[in-house]
Formats: sequence, C-alpha cells, structure tokens
Amino acid sequence: MPATAEHISAHDLTPAQRRALGRTPAQALRHGIVQSLPFMLVLVPFGMLFGVVAAEAGLQLSQALGFSVIVLAGASQFTAVQMIMDHAPAAIIILAAVAVNLRMAMYSAALVPWLGEARPRERGLIAYLLIDQTFALSLQHYEKHPRLTVPQRVGYFLGSSIGACLPWIIACALGHVLGRAIPDSLALDFAVPITFLAMIGPMLRTLAHVVAALVAILASLVFAFLPAGTGLFVAAPLAMLSGALVETWTERRRVMRA
Amino acid sequence: MSGYSDLTIWAIILLTGLGTYALRWSFLGAVGNRPMPGWVRRLLRYTAVGVLPAIAAPLVAWPAATDGQPDPARLIAAAVTLAVGMATRNLLAAILGGMTALYLALYLTA
Repeated sequence: MPATAEHISAHDLTPAQRRALGRTPAQALRHGIVQSLPFMLVLVPFGMLFGVVAAEAGLQLSQALGFSVIVLAGASQFTAVQMIMDHAPAAIIILAAVAVNLRMAMYSAALVPWLGEARPRERGLIAYLLIDQTFALSLQHYEKHPRLTVPQRVGYFLGSSIGACLPWIIACALGHVLGRAIPDSLALDFAVPITFLAMIGPMLRTLAHVVAALVAILASLVFAFLPAGTGLFVAAPLAMLSGALVETWTERRRVMRA
Repeated sequence: MSGYSDLTIWAIILLTGLGTYALRWSFLGAVGNRPMPGWVRRLLRYTAVGVLPAIAAPLVAWPAATDGQPDPARLIAAAVTLAVGMATRNLLAAILGGMTALYLALYLTA
C-alpha cells in the first residue's frame, strides 16, 4: 500500500526524501533518466546480441526493430527468434513468447497502489514501457519516497524508461547491422541458450526458485519428444507449480519454528 | 530466408506484442485496485524461472549446430554460464563467462 504517512512530519524526512518531494514532474523525469543509465551496461550488449541473433535467423532489420519496439521484452524476443530458427508453428511461437512475459502481470499489479490514480492515457503508456528494469527501479524509488505525488511518480517512471528502453531499441538495430559481418566460426548458434542460462542464474534467489528451475530442466528434457516445442507448455506449468509448492512448504516450516 | 513469409513474421511480432501489452496493462489499466489472489501471485513469481530453463535445456542437451548430438564444449559452456550467473548475479558477466568457456572448450576439443 502507498504509505501516505501523514503522521510523519516534514523534519523526519531524510535530505534525499526532501529533494525527491521538491522535484517538479519534469525534474523527476530527468532524475529517472539519470538513475536508469547504469542499465545501459547490460542492455546495450544484450540488445546488440538480439540484433545479431535476429539477423542470423534471417529476419530483416525492420523485423528485428519491430520486435524491439512492439514487444520490448528481451527474454520473449529471444524465445521467439530461437523458435523461428527451429521452424516451430507460428501459434506455438506466439504462445511461448507471451508466456515468458506472464510475470509482467505481476509487475502491473504491484504498481497499482502507486500509479493507479494516474490518468488512463499515462497508465496506458506506462504499461507499454513496463520492463524488468523500469519496474524494479521505479518500485524501489516509490518505496523509498512514499510521499511522492502521482505526477512525480509518473515522471520518474517515464524517465527510467527513456534510459532503459531507448538504448535497447538502438542496440538491437546496431547488432543487426554489425551482425552481418560475424563469421560462422563464432558459434553464435549457442548465444541464445547462453543468454537464457545467464538470465536464470541471478533469478535463483530462494530454494523455491532453484527447485522450479530444476523441474523445468528435467521436465523439458523428458517431454522433448512432444511435437514442435509443445513440451514447454507441460514443463513450465510443472515448474511453476513446484516453485509455489516449495514456497508454501518453506513458509509453513518457518511459521512452525517460530 | 527464415522459412516464414514476411506476413507470418509480422503476425508473430504483432500478436506477441499485443499479448505482452495485455499482460502489462492488465492490472494497471483494467483490473484496478482489486487484489490478486495469493496463489495466483505465488504461481506468477515462478513464470520466468519455470519457462527460461525449459527453453534452454533441450537447446543445451541437443544443439542444432551438432545435428542434435550432445556436445561437450557446449555442455561445459552452459555449466559455466549458470555458475557465473549464480555467483555474480550479473547477466553480462554470465554471458561473457559462458561465451569465453565455449570458445575455449571448442578450441580445446577441436
């Protein structure tokens, strides 16, 4: 819940909090841009890799850009391109690429207490720009400065997406153009699996996450005989269920011990 | 070149984009302030960690580049990528570590 925190008087605020509250929406936007810039260190090389892989899969520059502008979600874009290389049916590709983004519904819900009062058009724009990085950065900012006004929150979010989404799109185009010069001996066929595995490591925060990942690996190998990538739709729900069950189980044990 | 018509590729892009936007818009735009049931949130927490390994594992076990034959170099690279990602919690470090391991292993096993 947005702690409006009326009971905290002004002199209880830290200097950083007072500065944040004093910003106009335009200044909040600039602040969001500056704070999202470190993401470029990851998003630019990662985006370029997408461009390279898309070129490898035979996509035109406009199509690679289309993915980055219209879908705007790294893991999902890599999923789609990998399945295009595997010649999966289009409907399966779409299902899988959207399934990877199911977590976005959770992000959307988590932002409602902070941005639910924004204008419908602003919420529509924020939904488009809702990626892992803008979500994580903005939520952290809102929790640190609970008394921000809605326009300040909107400004900060839009700023963070300028710093995170724009470099991603430009990097994808750049990667596609430069990718044509890359020889086959670089074994870029394996860039996609490596990218996925690299995304998994940092996600393994709890035992439940580790169990979910292990079940996903085992089940995807066991059900690999199913046609055209449909094994994924057995393996992923099994993994999600296992993660949720382990979470319930660890919580119950913690309660019992306390 | 991709084996799909341009129209099919654009349909994939547009529909994936539309589906993704619907997910992002769902609560902010439509559902509003109604709370999500706890078990739904609990399941959604594990989507990424359930989907990504399920896509990656068959690609690692049976790489297309070796006609589906398990390849020691690629298995080593996969293990290194996971290990670096878990140790550093850093996406870029894991990618670089994995590609380095892949080239080293390919060179040594060649």
